[in-house]
Amino acid sequence: MAQVSSSLKSENDAMRLRRADNLKARKLNQNIWYVLLWIGSLVTVAILLAVIGYVMAEGLKVVNWEFLTTPPRGGLSGEGGISTTIVTTLYLVGLTLVFATPLGLGAAIFLVEYAGDQSINNKFIAGLIQFAHFGVETLAGIPSIIFGLFGYALFVSTLSLGWSLLSASLAGACLILPTIIRTTEEALLTVPRDLRQGSLALGATKWQTLTKVVLPAAMPGIVTGVILSVGRIISETAVFFVTLGGSYRMPTSIMDSGRTMALHLYYLAMDTRAFDKAMGTAAILIITIIIINLVIDQISRRLTRGVRGMQ
Amino acid sequence: MTDHDLETPFKTKLETKDYSLYYGKFKALNEISIKIPEKQVTALIGPSGCGKSTFLRTFNRMNDLIPGVSVTGSALMDGMDIFGLDVVNLRQNVGMVFQKPNPFPKSIFDNVAYGPRVNGLRDRERIHEIVERSLRGAALWDEVKDDLNKSGLALSGGQQQRLCIARALAVQPTVILMDEPAASLDPIATLRIEELIHRLAENYTIVIVTHNMQQAGRVSDYTAFFYTDETRTGQLVEFDRTHVIFTRPKDPRTEQYITGRFG
Repeated sequence: MAQVSSSLKSENDAMRLRRADNLKARKLNQNIWYVLLWIGSLVTVAILLAVIGYVMAEGLKVVNWEFLTTPPRGGLSGEGGISTTIVTTLYLVGLTLVFATPLGLGAAIFLVEYAGDQSINNKFIAGLIQFAHFGVETLAGIPSIIFGLFGYALFVSTLSLGWSLLSASLAGACLILPTIIRTTEEALLTVPRDLRQGSLALGATKWQTLTKVVLPAAMPGIVTGVILSVGRIISETAVFFVTLGGSYRMPTSIMDSGRTMALHLYYLAMDTRAFDKAMGTAAILIITIIIINLVIDQISRRLTRGVRGMQ
Repeated sequence: MTDHDLETPFKTKLETKDYSLYYGKFKALNEISIKIPEKQVTALIGPSGCGKSTFLRTFNRMNDLIPGVSVTGSALMDGMDIFGLDVVNLRQNVGMVFQKPNPFPKSIFDNVAYGPRVNGLRDRERIHEIVERSLRGAALWDEVKDDLNKSGLALSGGQQQRLCIARALAVQPTVILMDEPAASLDPIATLRIEELIHRLAENYTIVIVTHNMQQAGRVSDYTAFFYTDETRTGQLVEFDRTHVIFTRPKDPRTEQYITGRFG
């Protein structure tokens, strides 16, 4: 008995020693990884700041009130401001969202909330839904110039809408539809089943449950999708290069041709000697994206007051 | 099978006859016949997976939401076929409180007003009245009357559960189903819910699923013991007054379960 307990005791001591030993090693290991992760995040932020800082430092030199309020003069000199391109960009973003948001939301809501139920008893609908999902995934991975070519073929030529805000926004809507559908689907799927059941158990219909409980709870995710889409439209060049025309005049109707800031930047950098103006446009482009993100974020906070559990 | 057809001295509110439920081909509930008395608290107890929650959800047809469910036999409320009623209408009469408190991400006021509003009530004053009465009914009014605009999610777990009870009361049901309403609460919050159940039984028929034997003993007038064997098919073993189930159960399985020998 005594022997057993003493041998047990020494074994315990040995284990304790070993533990103390490799504790040091384990802590060292942890610290090394900690430092590596830190470096990773620092480098990322540094690159981001370098890009933005460089563009801002170079660009803001030419930015003044006149630059913002006069239209480009055209031609090879690249002289003039960017007023019309700012306006065109905003028009195009708005018009594209008008087309894409209802369609995208509708598709996502149908796929998540309704199609699932129906597909259980109906093989045809099940297949259709699978195909729709496959289509959305594929569209999300297609290079944007292909949307441009499609937009050119269908909207500009076949439907004779010409190079116009209308053609461009329809093509742009095709481009961002997959993003909106996928983010909305994900947002809807994260709404807890408990909430839906709670609503149905109170005698709400499925539609009431959807509009009064599910959609408000999913709103932050949906808004994220819209913000991503806005960013894509603002920064897109390929699609609008072939559908929007490129006129630097102020558009007065949706049938007018136009030039977004990103397109203008492209023209300036490729076709003119006004590299400083290109930088200035880039700076305004970045600022616009930041402002739009902040505004949409504020709107979504308003819309979802209470979702986060505070006033 | 033992005697299910206990005649209570009370009017029968909810009733099933030879009620079986299937998930696809799998039989989850086997020929359950029970008469649940009006304005009494009836506890459904039994080991996990015995189908007591599924059975509870028969009475507000929440099982309709699960694809592939089919039933045989009958389920009645006030003598009327539950499956013949309009489901939205049924759920206005049969409220439900869930295991995990599930307040909507809305203000306390809007949570309680939700039911009346979806049922078409627009009159602001009436809604105000109903909200206050329901919150009082759920013993929550005094704690929240000054911040009705605060999010329901900002409340503690026990308060959230009472908010969910208030939300159910606001629709003015006659039956309240409770699916382990205190399972996620601490002992003090549990006690408050139990006191509340006692009070609610004056006006409502309450059916409560619970895993907690003491809770069943404390809150219920009647107890139904469900059991399942290797087949995983749930059956009703015994139904009687709670004190009878706890002191002189007829079935040896009931006695074993009550005394904690399995489950």
